Amino acid sequence: MAEAATELLKTADGRPLKAALAEAQSRAKRRAFLLVLPLLVFVLLTFLVPIGYMLKRSVEHDGFAASAPALDAWFEANPGFDPANPPEAAYAALVQDLARMQTEKTTGIAGTRINYTVPGTISLFKKGAREAGALVPPFKDAMLAIDADWGKPALWRGMAAASSRYTTEFYKVASDMKLTEDGWARGGDKERIYLYLFFKTFLISGLITVICLLLAFPISHLLATLPMAKSSLLMILVLLPFWTSLLVRTTSWIALLQEQGIVNDLLVGLGLIGDDGRLSMMYNMTGTIVAMTHVLLPFMILPLYSVMRVIPPSYARAARSLGATSWTTFRRVYLPQTLPGIAAGSLLVFILAVGYYITPALVGGADGQLISNLISFHMTKANWSLAAAIAAMLLAAILVLYWLYDRLIGIDRLKLG
Amino acid sequence: MKKTLILSTALAGLAFAAQAQEVTVMSWGGAYGAAQTEGHVKPWSAATGTPAIMVDSDNPAPAIKAMVEAGNVTVDVASVEYADAIRLCDEGLLEPIDAASLPAGADGTPAADDFFPGAVTECGVSTDIWSNVYAYDTSKFPEGPKTAADFFDLEKFPGKRGLRKGAKAVLEFALLADGVAPADVYTVLGTPEGVDRAFAKLDTIKAETVWWEAGAQAPQLLADGEVAMTTAYNGRIFAAAVGEGKPFQIVWDGQIYENESYVVPKGAPNKDLAMDFIKYATSTEGLRAQASYISYGPPRKSANVDPIIYAGDGKTEMGPHLPTNPANLTNALLTSSDFWVDHDAELNERFQAWLSQ
Repeated sequence: MAEAATELLKTADGRPLKAALAEAQSRAKRRAFLLVLPLLVFVLLTFLVPIGYMLKRSVEHDGFAASAPALDAWFEANPGFDPANPPEAAYAALVQDLARMQTEKTTGIAGTRINYTVPGTISLFKKGAREAGALVPPFKDAMLAIDADWGKPALWRGMAAASSRYTTEFYKVASDMKLTEDGWARGGDKERIYLYLFFKTFLISGLITVICLLLAFPISHLLATLPMAKSSLLMILVLLPFWTSLLVRTTSWIALLQEQGIVNDLLVGLGLIGDDGRLSMMYNMTGTIVAMTHVLLPFMILPLYSVMRVIPPSYARAARSLGATSWTTFRRVYLPQTLPGIAAGSLLVFILAVGYYITPALVGGADGQLISNLISFHMTKANWSLAAAIAAMLLAAILVLYWLYDRLIGIDRLKLG
Repeated sequence: MKKTLILSTALAGLAFAAQAQEVTVMSWGGAYGAAQTEGHVKPWSAATGTPAIMVDSDNPAPAIKAMVEAGNVTVDVASVEYADAIRLCDEGLLEPIDAASLPAGADGTPAADDFFPGAVTECGVSTDIWSNVYAYDTSKFPEGPKTAADFFDLEKFPGKRGLRKGAKAVLEFALLADGVAPADVYTVLGTPEGVDRAFAKLDTIKAETVWWEAGAQAPQLLADGEVAMTTAYNGRIFAAAVGEGKPFQIVWDGQIYENESYVVPKGAPNKDLAMDFIKYATSTEGLRAQASYISYGPPRKSANVDPIIYAGDGKTEMGPHLPTNPANLTNALLTSSDFWVDHDAELNERFQAWLSQ
């Protein structure tokens, strides 16, 4: 017996079994890897690379740095200059760069970059660049004669910051900071918008998640427990809107809920409200919540259903037979078993809601705006760096929430089906 | 042998593709894109024998900016807002257009004198003048509002208002309604007090306002009875009123009009053909052809001499429906692109903050 164990096991052709097994396993692993390779490449190219590119955009903008080499050099040599009173050398570099911008047609790019933090700069640059070629020293007086704004400290602060191609300024703007004559400061009451919208976006998304959960739980339970024929019918009712275009569903809600819409007409017809007391349910926060809840509901129902379907009814019966009330049975036996579904559905709905764009844009009106609408606004205005900075902040916030979720609930408890 | 055959076929295919030289025009889609397709793309293609296609974008300016920056330009001509034509040109993203090469008017007037002032810029040629106006439902107000101030008069004309959700044209409209003369609007709006004044005027109707974003929403809100009156692009109201027979009436007092420009992105695959297309499209006939499909004004004097007939019904005269009609210009404001390139982001942030208060 002992001798047999020390002797190595061999395959039929005489190789050690261990080596043959390892080789076979690594071959299988390679094959499995080759199978997922297309997906990996796809994810890399369509997901990770664009996100990386976006993050880079949010801290990089060489519109000014690349077109103003003389100022770049001067700012680098004089980091401690007084923005309130830049010396003649700075103005000489400025005139040299403006003349260069005029010939290379980069005035717009440079002016746009500074305009992000100091509004009013594009036309200032254009005017300055047109005349820069003909200026004679002293340049400081000459530039101030063209426009007194060339002496503004905020402008010089903005140019000094933009003379490096890497910057955190877009994150400052996205945090409601403003570049003033004395440096960066918190924006005025009438200007702050981004942090408020971030807060609101998360609040609304949380609210929609809770409403979705409350609505989806009983439906999923019905779906899981009804006889096959009836549950199939119910399932189609759940899936039918899921297959319908998002735009169609959103505009249908407009037709239903607007002031001259079907619901209001019905209420007026029944005499429940007067014709002048029609309810405002569209183009406001109510409209956004109703339409988004409807659109996102299937994302809660489906994971819940798939979890509930496999919960054996015998557990609940056992609890009841041991004397538990129906509430206790639900709370201590049924509900804990649905937690993975609740977790998965809530995470899905919440994350989708946070990035929602088209529904709030169509039905949101004045107070139904979410942060994604501002990202879209800056995208269409070609301020991609600011859009990227806001998007990166949104991404970071979601990652933090994801981490919290993992710590509190555990991501391995997630179950999609 | 087989390999050579495949290779040569592929090469021949490539050569054919390069020879085909299909000119691609990018515009806004909808009724506007259709007007440019019918008025410019199809007739130019028929006249020159060069294939040309129209592609839609929800805003061509950021699209061509992205193309030029990525070095992969697939569009030869794009229709962009006036301010974008100037901004993209300043950023070196557009091909300059030789103004001297533009054709003279049908009556022989040189192009430089024929075009309205400002219509031809370094990189763009105006294809039409469109306007932000407001409109109301005549079945609701038989004695309708007449002035910009009436839009803000909730006592005389009760009911909800529709306004475009954005700072541009809305702030100017508020100042015009508040009694600022068109010539002073941008001076006033350039000061913090002026901005406050515009928002204060908007505050008076904020609670009664429904905000729209897409151009098609404005006539829809009016048709649904959701609003008693709304600002809109004049072409949209024309399409609903004349095209579909809706009882909508435009109020031209306080209209804010601007040019729309054809531009050629830097590195366009068929630059010379693109220039040829623009010369054709912005000739007297080209401009008149577009204006016969949509009620935006041709920016040449010679194109406004003879009446233009609406192609949709073959009988309506376009003249009274155009923003450029002298009777419509009594209290009108030309959008300042200089002002908006400087203050767009700043004022829109303020606007969004104001909205959510």
